[in-house]
Amino acid sequence: MSDKIKFTMDGVEIEATQGQTIMQAADEAGIYIPRLCAHKDLLPFGSCRVCTVMVNDRPQAACTQPVSPGMAVDSETPELNDIRRSIVEMLFVEGNHYCAFCEKSGNCELQALGYRLGMLAPRYPYMFNKHDVDASHPDIYIDHNRCILCGRCVRSSKELDGKNVFQFVGRGIHKRVAFNSDTDLSGTDVSVTDRAIENCPVGAILKKRSAYAVPIGKRKYDSQPIGSDIESRKAAVKQS
Amino acid sequence: MAKPKIATASLAGCFGCHMSLLDIDDRILKLVELVDFDKSPVDDIKKFTGRCAVGLIEGGCCNEENVHNLQYFRENCDILISVGECAIMGGIPAMRNNIPLKECLDEAYLNGPTVYNPSGKIPGDKELPLILDRVYPCHEVVKMDYYLPGCPPPADLLWQALVALLENKPMDLPYEVIKYD
Repeated sequence: MSDKIKFTMDGVEIEATQGQTIMQAADEAGIYIPRLCAHKDLLPFGSCRVCTVMVNDRPQAACTQPVSPGMAVDSETPELNDIRRSIVEMLFVEGNHYCAFCEKSGNCELQALGYRLGMLAPRYPYMFNKHDVDASHPDIYIDHNRCILCGRCVRSSKELDGKNVFQFVGRGIHKRVAFNSDTDLSGTDVSVTDRAIENCPVGAILKKRSAYAVPIGKRKYDSQPIGSDIESRKAAVKQS
Repeated sequence: MAKPKIATASLAGCFGCHMSLLDIDDRILKLVELVDFDKSPVDDIKKFTGRCAVGLIEGGCCNEENVHNLQYFRENCDILISVGECAIMGGIPAMRNNIPLKECLDEAYLNGPTVYNPSGKIPGDKELPLILDRVYPCHEVVKMDYYLPGCPPPADLLWQALVALLENKPMDLPYEVIKYD
């Protein structure tokens, strides 16, 4: 028996493998669903809700929802993209995101989603919350002003690095990333080569002495919207 | 028919956005054909001489003079545009927003390592505009009609947006020109 199933994305029929999530199937078909906490090497987490799609007219996170035969998924609709943009805007007003001098600018997934979803200014008032910076480690620093609590560092450290360096503490507006250490970041067994460092989508966890290496105009999202790599597969999928 | 008028202001900004406007190079000759400049640092006109089609605002509001100026622009401009990150989100000046105002003033005028201030007082002359408790983005003070992000916004963005507005065409701005840095 074949484990291939069919469902529709925005009215177009797509083939998927039983057991895949909607996001995995869409990626293979060359259809990009916006996302922040999802990462291809990490287990689905379903926390940021940017990848929300309508499955048979009900909202579901595309990164956690498995495909099933005949389901009708809507993703690229004005309503969903407005909801996605509003999530991105909430993240922008909750943290302190000064793109102008951030080392991650141009390679930042939050910023790139703002570009792709057409954010010019957030609809919500800026909060200007106070957050700390921990630069105690010789090779790494963490700036909580830029943290969007996606949990990629927490999960990467556990799932990919075999460590347990990061963990969430607090609830609601007080939630933040903390370290498995009695002192500060320098008291952990984190290493500059950890996947937890490179998987941060924003400029919250950065390697020291590596800033501004790529000139403006040549950075990852300067001329290509986020998701272009996935969408370029679409042509290949059609040809095959 | 008289040319439409535009006005510009730099509130709590660095004039970088105005520099970017000058960066349109020889298109500035076309701009002069398209519009007349009213109140603006470009021509040093201090008071509005008439109704303006477009007002370009650089910088957010860090003191009462900024607020009055912004309200003055809102009263006299049909379309008011936040230009650059400071107008949109406060920018670099807004880095003081999570530090109490007294701490900022004490550091600047009393306790900073390079401060020379024999009076031992924080400046409080009536001529000085009163500083606000924090820096406010323009759209949290008055209604803004459009936003042109960037630090500074590229000359191409300012040019294309202005021309679209003046020619009454939709703003069809390419991906490359809308950046937050």
